[in-house]
Amino acid sequence: IPLGFCLELKEEITRILTANNPHAPQNIVRFSFKERSFKPISVVDQMTVHFVLESTLLHQDSDEARRLRIKEGLSEGKHIPTFQEPKLTNQFNFSERERHCQTEPPPRSSFSATANQVLDIIYDALLEELQKQEQNKEKQKATTQKKEDEKSKKKIMLLRRSDDITKVRSNFKYFEDASDEFREQEEPSKSLSVTALCWNDKYNDIFAVGMGSYDFSKQGSGMLIIYSLKNSAFPEYYYSTTSGILCLDIHKQHSYLVAVGFYDGCVAVYNLKRERAEPVYKSNANTGKHTDPVWQVRWQNDDMDNNRNFYSVSSDGRVVSWTLVKNELVFTDIITLTVWHFLYTACGTSLDFHKHIEYLFLVGTEEGKIHKCSKTYSSQFLDTYDAHSMPVDAVKWNHFHPKVFISCSSDWTVKIWDHTVSTPMFTFDLSSAVADVAWSPYSSTVFAAVTTDGRVHVFDLSVNKYEAICKQPVVAKKKTKLTHIEFNPLHPIIIVGDDRGYVTSLKLSPNLRKKPKGKKGQELPKGPEVEVAKMEKLLSLLREPEHITF
Amino acid sequence: MAGTGEGKKEEADYKRLHSFPLIRHTDMPEEMRVETMELCVTACEKFATNNESAAKMIKESMDKKFGSSWHVVIGEGFGFEVTHEVKNLLYMFFGGSLAVCVWKCS
Repeated sequence: IPLGFCLELKEEITRILTANNPHAPQNIVRFSFKERSFKPISVVDQMTVHFVLESTLLHQDSDEARRLRIKEGLSEGKHIPTFQEPKLTNQFNFSERERHCQTEPPPRSSFSATANQVLDIIYDALLEELQKQEQNKEKQKATTQKKEDEKSKKKIMLLRRSDDITKVRSNFKYFEDASDEFREQEEPSKSLSVTALCWNDKYNDIFAVGMGSYDFSKQGSGMLIIYSLKNSAFPEYYYSTTSGILCLDIHKQHSYLVAVGFYDGCVAVYNLKRERAEPVYKSNANTGKHTDPVWQVRWQNDDMDNNRNFYSVSSDGRVVSWTLVKNELVFTDIITLTVWHFLYTACGTSLDFHKHIEYLFLVGTEEGKIHKCSKTYSSQFLDTYDAHSMPVDAVKWNHFHPKVFISCSSDWTVKIWDHTVSTPMFTFDLSSAVADVAWSPYSSTVFAAVTTDGRVHVFDLSVNKYEAICKQPVVAKKKTKLTHIEFNPLHPIIIVGDDRGYVTSLKLSPNLRKKPKGKKGQELPKGPEVEVAKMEKLLSLLREPEHITF
Repeated sequence: MAGTGEGKKEEADYKRLHSFPLIRHTDMPEEMRVETMELCVTACEKFATNNESAAKMIKESMDKKFGSSWHVVIGEGFGFEVTHEVKNLLYMFFGGSLAVCVWKCS
């Protein structure tokens, strides 16, 4: 072996493994536009693949993994539970939000049937139904009969009840009678008070009640109620109104017409024949409605064109005539209550027309004056009486004597006047504010007044010129104020309204309606002339000596 | 022979006479039931000879009124088994020989 060769063998050749690819080109240049020159690129791909071996790892859920696990003796259930942390959702990424909007499907059920002509399924069903219907009809007949029976029974009960009451009612002519003791049970108080009462002239058992409030701070809705004496339990008609009622009047001839005056200044006419909750006529701001509460309405005889008409008086000082034309209410100002030497208007509170002289009427005012007016003179009063020191609550002409009228006031007095004389003929002090006064329709000398202390005072001037012949508290509580009184036009019954909303009907005891006794067997003269004479006799005693004719 | 013929005629008359709509089965509420029944009667009377048109009319009206997916079957003889949404099924007879099944299922 040549020595040189051996040396050659012994020579150590160093090889170093580097990450650099010896075959990779090292002189790649690229043109850089930034520096406008060719630049060598330092980083070149240095990787070469010499060997590839696929992984031996298995997905733990795959079949292969399971098989492997079985081989290694690990059972399937035993495998280590893996914690799956809930993925943190990006709250701003809508698509990553969890979705909970799956709704439950509506419940379902199955149904199956057969419709078949050959087997007459439809026909049979129809037939069955028909039979059922027939049976039902029979049953219904039976039940309706039963119901009718019950109804008639109830009717009888009702009749019996109303029988009791009518017995009591019809016994007003008789005293020392069991029905004297009759007193209806009082119901819990209502908020409205009785502000107007009026009898129906045609049907003597029917009267109208106006409900409202005299309290300035408690104004609200009102009610018009028509009652019959035959049934105290339920009204014949009732209408609720938006404003409180202060006065009403039933037409003398056409008793289905009711004129109503409201606290808000409106007047309205209700027609009881029509089953409407609304009035048939109502004044509004355009048609001359009063600007203040309406205190009195009075029907008049039909005018020359046969139109119904009525008068109203209000706190705004106007007396207005209202005419019912086909479908509207036409107003005419009759008089404005100016006090001539002052420049203000007086507030009218009451109104009454003379029974015989058609143009003559009286107006009571809040100032306590009573004006005698005529429909034909709108500029001035015929006469003025300094009647009271407080508002005049009522003024009324006598039913018989053409010259006499009565007035009452909150100044505790009732005064009787001869309209030709400027001073009162009689003055009665009732020691409490007098709310209303009414002449009796059967005697020229009998009248009744109600006071706010809950008493009714009945006077008969032919019996006692100085004191009431009857003074009776008619309401249970002293606190209750009586507001109105009216005599029945035919029977000796009075109705009294109070501020708790009750209307009490009372029969007059015989001494209050006693006809003057004559000698036995002697018929006493009757009629209006007698009544006039009776009053005249009384008045003549009081007149100035020079008026007395000897 | 004549007697049976008369009997058949009478029966036919009777059938014709009593061709009122009769609801055989329903679980619809009152108002819906009345409306559906009236609709069925109207449709069957309008298309007396064409059950398909009647069914179409009923289905379309029901879809409009009470939401989609109504199914209607009208015929003189058929058996059926359906799954329906509760309170949305009506099975009635009409005209003496027709059966109408209306149901909703979506």
